[in-house]
Amino acid sequence: MRSNVLRHNLLTALLLGPATAWLVIFLVLPFVAIAVFSVGERAPEGGYQAAFTLAQYANLPARATAFWNTMVLAPAGALACLVVAYPVAYYLALRAPERWRLILLALVVIPFWTSLLMRTYAWMYVLGGRGIPALLAYVGFEDVRLINTPGAVLLGIVYGYLPLMILPIYVSLERLDRRLLEASADLGATPVSTFLGVTLRLSLPGVMTGFSLVMILLLGEYLIPTLLGGGKVFFIGNALVDLFLQSRNWPFGSAIAITLVLVSVVVLIAANRISTRLSGARRVDLI
Amino acid sequence: MRAFVVAVFAFLYLPIALVVLFSFNAGRHASELTGFSVQWYGKALSNPFLVEALKNSLFIATTSALLAALCGTAAALGLARVGVRTRAVFDVLFGAAIVVPGVVIGISTLVALVQLFGVVNPFLASLWPNDQPPRLTLGYGSIVAAHGLFSMALVAMIVGTRLGSLDRNLVEASSDLYATPLTTFRSIVLPQIMPAVIAGFLLAFTFSFDDFIVAFFVAGAQTTLPIYVFASIRRGVTPEINAIATIVLVASVLLVVLAQWQLRQRKPSS
Repeated sequence: MRSNVLRHNLLTALLLGPATAWLVIFLVLPFVAIAVFSVGERAPEGGYQAAFTLAQYANLPARATAFWNTMVLAPAGALACLVVAYPVAYYLALRAPERWRLILLALVVIPFWTSLLMRTYAWMYVLGGRGIPALLAYVGFEDVRLINTPGAVLLGIVYGYLPLMILPIYVSLERLDRRLLEASADLGATPVSTFLGVTLRLSLPGVMTGFSLVMILLLGEYLIPTLLGGGKVFFIGNALVDLFLQSRNWPFGSAIAITLVLVSVVVLIAANRISTRLSGARRVDLI
Repeated sequence: MRAFVVAVFAFLYLPIALVVLFSFNAGRHASELTGFSVQWYGKALSNPFLVEALKNSLFIATTSALLAALCGTAAALGLARVGVRTRAVFDVLFGAAIVVPGVVIGISTLVALVQLFGVVNPFLASLWPNDQPPRLTLGYGSIVAAHGLFSMALVAMIVGTRLGSLDRNLVEASSDLYATPLTTFRSIVLPQIMPAVIAGFLLAFTFSFDDFIVAFFVAGAQTTLPIYVFASIRRGVTPEINAIATIVLVASVLLVVLAQWQLRQRKPSS
């Protein structure tokens, strides 16, 4: 009996061992390392020098523009995604013909899993000098600048993250009990008040899941602002690349990275709280 | 509503279609089509730097996806055997590996590895008094490990979901019929979770093959395809990049479709 328990535990440890080692060496320890770095000092030749100071955190306002852009464009981008995604998710879940539904859904998923770099590049191509501006010049509008503007970054965000917003909303709408819609209509509600009172309300957990997922990913975004913002519209991610790979100010970069993670955690907790309140602890799984 | 949905699908696919279309353009310019040609594919594939980057990416993606599939599946199987608390700890860690932004994963891995090398390399040097001592550096290993972290978490979650929906009766019936645990695993559990494992592998491969930001930090002197493409995009948009983008997009679409198809396989064929 005892040797059975022992064997059971040994096998469990063997199964979990590699994953545990991986998580500890490449997730937990690195995180501890940047936490330690963030209270250190920059060595004269770049890199890190041991110290215990909060000077790096006090210095955060030096990168205020990056924080400001991120804190404005990430929620704005997530909101824009939501506005575009909701009708699509609604159509797919409640209106699309049965035999088309899976195909349309696959068409939504595919872009999300293909290269964000290549898809963002496609917009550089379309918005750049030889794309839409060239067409506009052809019909008489000279010198239209589209790329390297906040609008271009916002467009890139909606394009890149739309699938991630559509999916959770689709899932919550698809699970919706259609008899509730009929009941609402039978009780004399107008289509609009049925939508607002039943459909929209019951899909709010999906909306929250999508919104917080997109927000979290946008907080760490680097590629879209780099390629479509052209160094003029930059995010925290751009500040981090600059601090670690160019100016080699590792302690300051670590302080920014820690702040970024803390902001993400706050967003996640807030989103969780809101959706728990909205749905009475009903959760929507993405995968 | 329908018109809006059609417009959104056009929005999703038109830019990609343009890149694909212009990759076959005979001329150098984006604004006018001057005939059909595959010359840019030829140019791209005869560029030695590009081919080197492509080989690196294929090697890294295959290795990290294989490791992630193995360790992730093992972890999912292990988690099915532990208590609620241990499980919750792993769920948080896997969740963190997926949710923490790529920039932060890249940075923290870089910082930790450089620190580790700073300790290990002098130690190795002290063991090799005469010869050139081996030196640990950033490169294949660090990219594989950093990519594999995200992928392993993904595989563990996908396989875990599949294990959760596994028919317990079959497992019990199997042991009632005196099958050894190993036989039960091989003939009942494994075939049922295999589609999830394969889907996880393919998604992990796609992720690693496409990832730019994590590799950007931990690549050291190595170049992957996205790093190469990123660098050349910053030098200017060229038809050659259109050809590379088309190849990468087609390859990742194929892999994703294959992964989705695997996930939908309800009954294993063997």
